[in-house]
Amino acid sequence: MSLDSVSLDVDLRALAGVPKTEVAQKAKDFKTDQEVRWCPGCGDYVILAAVQGFLPELGLRRENIVFVSGIGCSSRFPYYMNTFGLHSIHGRAPAIASGLAASRPDLSVWVVTGDGDALSIGGNHLIHALRRNVNLTILLFNNRIYGLTKGQYSPTSEIGKITKSTPMGSLDFPFNPVSVALGAEATFVARTIDSDRAHLTSVLRAAAAHEGTALVEIYQNCNIFNDGAFDSLKDPETRGQWLIPLEHDAPIRFGADGSLCVVRRDGDLCVVRTDSVDAAEVVVHDAEADNPSLAFALSRLPGQDLRYTPVGVFRSVRRPTYDRLMADQIAQAELTGDADLGALLRGQDTWTVPATASA
Amino acid sequence: MAKQVQQLDRVVIRFAGDSGDGMQLAGDQFTSETAVFGNDLSTLPNFPAEIRAPAGTLPGVSSFQLHFADHEITTPGDAPDVLVAMNPAALKANLPDLPAGRDIIVNSDEFSARNLAKVGYASNPLDNDALDSWRVHKVALTSMTIEALKDTGLGKKEAARAKNMFALGLLSWMYHRPTDGTLRFLEKKFAKLPQVAAANVAAFRAGWNYGETTESFGVSYEIKPAVMKPGVYRNISGNLALSYGLIAASRRSGLPLFLGAYPITPASDILHELSKHKAFGVRTFQAEDEIAGIGAALGAAFGGALAVTTTSGPGLALKSETIGLAVSLELPLVICDIQRGGPSTGLPTKTEQTDLLQAMFGRNGEAPVPIVAAQSPGDCFDAAIEAVRIALTYRTPVFLLSDGYLANGSEPWSIPDLDRLPQLTADFAVATDEPFLPYERDPETLARPWAVPGTAGLEHRIGGLEKADKTGEISYDPANHALMVGLRQSKVDRIAQSIPPLQVDDPSGVARVVVLGWGSTHGVIDAACHRVRRRGIPVAQLHLRHLNPFPADLGGLLRSYDRVVLPELNLGQLALLLRARYLVDVIGINQVSGMPFRAADLEDSLWDILQGVDT
Ligand code: SF4
Repeated sequence: MSLDSVSLDVDLRALAGVPKTEVAQKAKDFKTDQEVRWCPGCGDYVILAAVQGFLPELGLRRENIVFVSGIGCSSRFPYYMNTFGLHSIHGRAPAIASGLAASRPDLSVWVVTGDGDALSIGGNHLIHALRRNVNLTILLFNNRIYGLTKGQYSPTSEIGKITKSTPMGSLDFPFNPVSVALGAEATFVARTIDSDRAHLTSVLRAAAAHEGTALVEIYQNCNIFNDGAFDSLKDPETRGQWLIPLEHDAPIRFGADGSLCVVRRDGDLCVVRTDSVDAAEVVVHDAEADNPSLAFALSRLPGQDLRYTPVGVFRSVRRPTYDRLMADQIAQAELTGDADLGALLRGQDTWTVPATASA
Repeated sequence: MAKQVQQLDRVVIRFAGDSGDGMQLAGDQFTSETAVFGNDLSTLPNFPAEIRAPAGTLPGVSSFQLHFADHEITTPGDAPDVLVAMNPAALKANLPDLPAGRDIIVNSDEFSARNLAKVGYASNPLDNDALDSWRVHKVALTSMTIEALKDTGLGKKEAARAKNMFALGLLSWMYHRPTDGTLRFLEKKFAKLPQVAAANVAAFRAGWNYGETTESFGVSYEIKPAVMKPGVYRNISGNLALSYGLIAASRRSGLPLFLGAYPITPASDILHELSKHKAFGVRTFQAEDEIAGIGAALGAAFGGALAVTTTSGPGLALKSETIGLAVSLELPLVICDIQRGGPSTGLPTKTEQTDLLQAMFGRNGEAPVPIVAAQSPGDCFDAAIEAVRIALTYRTPVFLLSDGYLANGSEPWSIPDLDRLPQLTADFAVATDEPFLPYERDPETLARPWAVPGTAGLEHRIGGLEKADKTGEISYDPANHALMVGLRQSKVDRIAQSIPPLQVDDPSGVARVVVLGWGSTHGVIDAACHRVRRRGIPVAQLHLRHLNPFPADLGGLLRSYDRVVLPELNLGQLALLLRARYLVDVIGINQVSGMPFRAADLEDSLWDILQGVDT
């Protein structure tokens, strides 16, 4: 089964307020003259190429696109995008981007972050951005390691990880970013992999089309400090058996010729051989379900070794966005209220000292 | 019975009761009546950080002091002339401040054995000679309120809650206050609860009538309106004036106002106030924490908004890193710090000037940030506009320092003429044929262009890494770093060129000692200087609006005096800066008690210092 079959209807309601370009764009229009300084072979390169290759599709004016990042290898991303860009401070990009997007509905605002930036130092901002649902697209590059600080374990590293700061193995249990996002009331949550450009692009497309905060976890290889972290999902030997491409409204079957499938057993999801169950038993994915419990259960499927990792869109639901509600309140107040500065300053109770009483 | 009316030139009243007794409300209302009557006034609310500290205990006492006069006054008064004590705790907590011979109006109903025991009174001070040094008026406030409200249908407990309005009515009678405003206020406040509105009005009237008829109060007092500069006045608190200043600055600059904030005492009222003014295009963003509050504001600044964040000391500590980013990005941002007692959580509802050095230096690297300070509640309006002017003109974060005393205190405010407010301009960058250079500077101000997203041709990337001069690209070059550090400092230094010459107040023209101040101490320093002058020693007074950079003429001015005296509500923070900068031996008068200076104390300290000076 091909991974590029992920698709949701791309209506660009989310970007309705962003001015469109009159001239057709190409990927190279989004490249800057800056020398890209990631390590050779880093997964970030392919993600950059995918984003630059995909943006022309949206047809937005370049000057109305802003990339905001925090700190970390991935956070250098804005320097390589010929749009507006803000490379901010560690963990704070979602907060900064929220202020920008809430005050400028005519912008398409993207956040580029990593597992340390988004889930460790910036965890608070991430969860609040997700529940608040400002119109933002957050690309979380998860390489399960700290790269820029040279190789400490991260909040997504598997337990027991041997790193410079954990010579006897890490002790803390990792976050599952998709589970975190779903728990934080996210309206859009997806996962994809750096190595599959077509799938990556299709997920980006769905995320861009989403009105509200979209979180895309991108498994990204750090070939210097955590090489091969996702090999089991890339190796042709295991990929088919371990990777579960999610498609909205379709039964969750995967593996060679759909030989494996997801079913419910005692309230939990589990993977069984498709020929061992009735076709009706196969769980049908519903990304648009109001209740996030199926999406959450899917996010819990993989073990620490990544066996049975679903990719694609876990959840995509409509909820009014913060920026739109804020704009509506202002429009309503402007309609009904009186913006008379003089009256405001005078208030209710004034008294006048006449000129003749002057001392 | 014809009652005697006595003329007074000034009075200090303190309402004191339990946190739940509505003393702040009664005080506010008495203040409004007094303002409308035309007295000059100054207030000092003083309340615990707990919303409802245990009832009847000393930590639960909340008070509101009001000084009003028929002439110009600048402080809330050192000591009350009249203490209204709603329970034994309020009496015990406030008695030490009350000079002998002054009046106590006390709610005798609350002096039960239980309430007395709570505050450690072994016997009832109303029944023994403990209060013989004062003029005590025992008033059964609670029971008379209940009696007055017996036809309203309210239960006893509910009716008793209106006793603050009974007290307000009595005091309003005593001082001939106009009552229309209070009656209107009550109708409006309880518009949805007509029964409660009627009860409060009835209690207020009962208090007034009680004063009129009882023999316990033989005298009422008249304090004529003060002679003030012509104009239209209103009463205003510091946080309200600051909020209005920001809205006015938004209007004048044509930039939409964006506030990113996290609730914190005593700054939250600015968030509350601004959130009411969406009709002025104001966006308020209540963030998940202090860091996100300023982060969102900085994001909005990048997008071209007039961006503001509000906080107090502990919150400012959390914002430090983002302020550093704003310094590096060179974007306009106003950071309002409503100072309170510290360190750490400290004294949330009390006042201090202890954040000056935090504002000045509380960041990593060489990160200069301009600082302006407000000097009175009404002045918060002008100070806010000045902070915005500097932020927009020089593309820089700016501190606006206020404090708990200014925030909650109030005074009559001459409503400004809109046409005479400073003109503020944003001047967004526009594309030209040349390649865009985000760190190319204005030769005069050294400000960089403000290039907002949505402007074709100005796409650029900037961040917290050191930037190359002009291009803004990442640069680790040593010479470039030295250049950029110098440029950022010079830009802030140049603000001094836009500051008008200092105005020293020296009626004698021969003073050899200058009393310097900044922030909320203006009124009390002014009062202390007047008193010292009346005692025959000339002193000059100088109050600073700008603390970074200092006005260009400050150094020369300070050196022209034999002595520089500097009262501060800290251990000498401005003194430290002045000594370092000008090698002037500043003599500090310092108090860090969470309370403003008292004019008499300051007068004494000044007097002692002046004795050692050959004037
Ligand atoms: S350290 Fe790892 S994540 Fe960072 S640039 Fe190098 S390969 Fe990429």
